Amino acid sequence: MTQLWAVLRKDLLIEWRARAHGVALVSFAITLLLLFSFAVGPNANVLRAHASAYLWMGLVLTSSLQLARSFQVETESNALDTLVLAPVSPPALFYGKALSNTLQLFGVGLVSLPAVIALYDVEVKEPAGLLLLTLILGALGLAAPGTLYAGLTARLAARQLMLPLLLFPLVVPCLLAAVKATTLILQGDPMDQIGSWLTLLACFDALYWSLCGVLFGKVIDA
Amino acid sequence: MRWELPLTALGLLLLVVGHGIGLFVAPPEAMMGDVGRILYAHVPTAWVALVAYLAAFVAAVGSLWSGRFTWDAAVAATVEVGVVLNGLLLAQGSIWARPTWGVYWTWDPRLTTTAVMFVMFVGVLLLRSLVEVAERRLTVTAVAGIVAFANVPVVYFSVKWWRTLHQDFSSPETVSSPMVTPLRIAAFGMLFVAIGIAVMRWRAIYAAVQRETESPALPDMPAPLKLPEVP
Amino acid sequence: MDSPLPEPAAAPVIEAAGLCRRFGGRWAFARVDLRLMAGERLLIVGANGSGKTTLLRALSTSLPPTEGRLRLFGMDPVAAPEAVRSRVALLSHAVGLYEDLSGAQNLSLFARLMGKEPGRVAALLEQVGLDPRRADPIRTYSAGMRKRLCVALVLLKEPALVLLDEPFAALDPKGMDQMGELIAALPGAVVIASHQVERAGALCSRAMLLEGGLPRWQGPARSAWAAWTAVHGARE
Repeated sequence: MTQLWAVLRKDLLIEWRARAHGVALVSFAITLLLLFSFAVGPNANVLRAHASAYLWMGLVLTSSLQLARSFQVETESNALDTLVLAPVSPPALFYGKALSNTLQLFGVGLVSLPAVIALYDVEVKEPAGLLLLTLILGALGLAAPGTLYAGLTARLAARQLMLPLLLFPLVVPCLLAAVKATTLILQGDPMDQIGSWLTLLACFDALYWSLCGVLFGKVIDA
Repeated sequence: MRWELPLTALGLLLLVVGHGIGLFVAPPEAMMGDVGRILYAHVPTAWVALVAYLAAFVAAVGSLWSGRFTWDAAVAATVEVGVVLNGLLLAQGSIWARPTWGVYWTWDPRLTTTAVMFVMFVGVLLLRSLVEVAERRLTVTAVAGIVAFANVPVVYFSVKWWRTLHQDFSSPETVSSPMVTPLRIAAFGMLFVAIGIAVMRWRAIYAAVQRETESPALPDMPAPLKLPEVP
Repeated sequence: MDSPLPEPAAAPVIEAAGLCRRFGGRWAFARVDLRLMAGERLLIVGANGSGKTTLLRALSTSLPPTEGRLRLFGMDPVAAPEAVRSRVALLSHAVGLYEDLSGAQNLSLFARLMGKEPGRVAALLEQVGLDPRRADPIRTYSAGMRKRLCVALVLLKEPALVLLDEPFAALDPKGMDQMGELIAALPGAVVIASHQVERAGALCSRAMLLEGGLPRWQGPARSAWAAWTAVHGARE
């Protein structure tokens, strides 16, 4: 447990120390939102109807950059070897990094929200707390498999391509559920369906947070 | 080449028989007419593709557990067969959809899952091709394979849910069941062909990995060093 | 996180028999037999590419051997990696620390990860002479400073076995003297791989010469230089 906490703290400290990267990441996400509006055209109704899709697509695309970076930090000066020999238990390393990635993705999502509301002219019809919950559950869903795949592809020359190629099809269920839930939160939920979507999201999270934690040990071994 | 050649030959024969009956002898499909005959190819392909991926999952678990290259080669061979069948499935799905609904693609849960599966397992093969060290390649392939397979039911159920709560298209469920016998014949035919090809690929891949990891002879111990007398 | 040492005081720190490691078709080192007891110091000499670094990495459990038997503190590193790794420290070519964090932050992080007292960090930084730069990110450190930080990390760990890969490389003469003092003060067993045959030899009791990955000679450290010359000819 102390190890998990130490790893989490370390990751967040590094991101804070090199916060230019974080700013760049957020700028990237917002630029994507802008691009979506330009691509779709100035049709306010269409933009409003699909706002949640743009939000989540922006987050998914940004995640591939953020996740790759989280391991670049480890391989840059071979710190991963020092961690393994410390010794750090692989589950502690996985969950520490995955939590750090979750928080960072949640942060990007949070900062994107005002941009979404402004650019696409949406209102939040259901309680805002649900929106935050959806963001967290979605971030958790991206972070767990993302951290595993980032570790898997960390030393490959083609990692910038392989990480998204592996991750994106995997998180389809997470994307579906998150977009659905967000749409209902923004447009109103007459039939009380948000709960079902959030449950699906939570199940996805539970599955991958356990499975990836188990597999991670093999991934960082030599 | 041992038992897999006759097995493949038998499988091909069964396929020809099954498809022959399905294409020419069986009555046309009640709702879809002659187009429905594609079911005789589509259903067996789907079934065997899933079997191939399941075999890959089992092999991947075995591969991680034992670290032996026999399992690793099995993962590669079964994923390859699965991907080919999966690609066929997507093509068949499109060919079927066009005359039936006028579009090339529907968001049917099964077809959608097929598309996602295809991309995932192609990703596994791509990943495999990028790793040069055999031991690392074993680990990477197995982990990617396990996660990809675990995702199959998840994708299926979420898309199903997504579709039922969002009635856009009528779902292309099998309208009336095709004749069982030619279907079964074709299914077994497909299965035998798949097994045969998988085993052939397994042999080839395993041989390649063995060549790669062949231990060269240990160098001989050199003659002991004689040092001049130290004062 | 400390599991009780299973072996009596007499068990060797390192026991290697027929240790081999290859990469593809090339043997990095082969047929290495080694027995190191607590408190002993071994010098490994050899030309570049003779397998010294790979051997050290194998001994640190960073790399599994391809063949042969390795026991550290009487334990099998494959069966009990955590118990073994908590007692071994490796000082290698690569720094292995986080560039964006400061020296103090790096050490505190690893103190927490290794279950050591974070309060010791300040004293250790002082001991290696990095106290004035403790709050600067190590991106700004010189090569010599990074080396000293790595030594601080080794001291922090209080390992029973220390493996040093070219500890004197990239150091000026004063730095080399300081490193020599630090190494001399290390308790426990030590293995040094170094080109500085005389300097490192003075710190060790035994030596091994690797040539093309094979252990060509083992003997007392004072004869290391003679062994080297016998194989490679005299240096200018």
